[in-house]
Amino acid sequence: MNTNAKLQANLVLASRFENIEVAERALMDLCHQAGCAEDEEYWLVTALREAVANAVRHGNQRDPARLVRIAYLIDNATVTIRVEDEGEGFDPAAIPDPTDPENLLRPSGRGIFYMRQFMNRVEFSPTAAGGPAVVMVRDVASNDNDRQGS
Amino acid sequence: MKSNTRDIGDTRIIELGGKITIGTGDVKIRELIAQALEADQQNILFDLGGVTAIDSSGIGEMVACYTTVTKRGGQLKLMHLSPKINDILQVTQLITVFEVFDDEREALGSF
Repeated sequence: MNTNAKLQANLVLASRFENIEVAERALMDLCHQAGCAEDEEYWLVTALREAVANAVRHGNQRDPARLVRIAYLIDNATVTIRVEDEGEGFDPAAIPDPTDPENLLRPSGRGIFYMRQFMNRVEFSPTAAGGPAVVMVRDVASNDNDRQGS
Repeated sequence: MKSNTRDIGDTRIIELGGKITIGTGDVKIRELIAQALEADQQNILFDLGGVTAIDSSGIGEMVACYTTVTKRGGQLKLMHLSPKINDILQVTQLITVFEVFDDEREALGSF
């Protein structure tokens, strides 16, 4: 990991599931530039996919005319990802714990749990305009030997 | 997501590869389970050896498939989990729901 790297990018995407791949590719490119360890990249991508999927499905109701805005920042071995949608927002505290035995067989409700498991910090805070946004932060381990060929 | 199915006795082995993620992979595994049940194959063994990622929708669909198969009197089990897919099953505690195998012969003998 190049701890001196400061890299950032912004994406604006239509609310389509296939655009999750675009968001993933942008993050992977930044991780490659910064020399993130492969394991770190894997869990960052996993959390990002959940945040964007939530924005597309729950926030923007899969309306392609509504946009998802993503801001990436890698600074001093800390990766920060902000995902905004144009929906009504929600109360994350109202989401039941998916690891509670009575919820284990529920087919949904694990997206935010994924994000919290694979990032160090996850905060739901409104944008300046009052729209919903999630900010996720992961402190990535330095591991220059992890990635082959870089 | 890629898939291949083969029947050994009364067990259908469904080999999955790539990403089991929202909008594609999750729908596909639902279809594969429906096809197995239509063919009266109620014992299902998901071979996840080629799976690179499972998002929350994919894992949710696997749970839904487990419930569907169990209600029909069958069993759904998993084999060949990569370390990362195993990590996901551990943190979600779904490792307590699914029977998991490393060896196909052992898995087939468990039905």
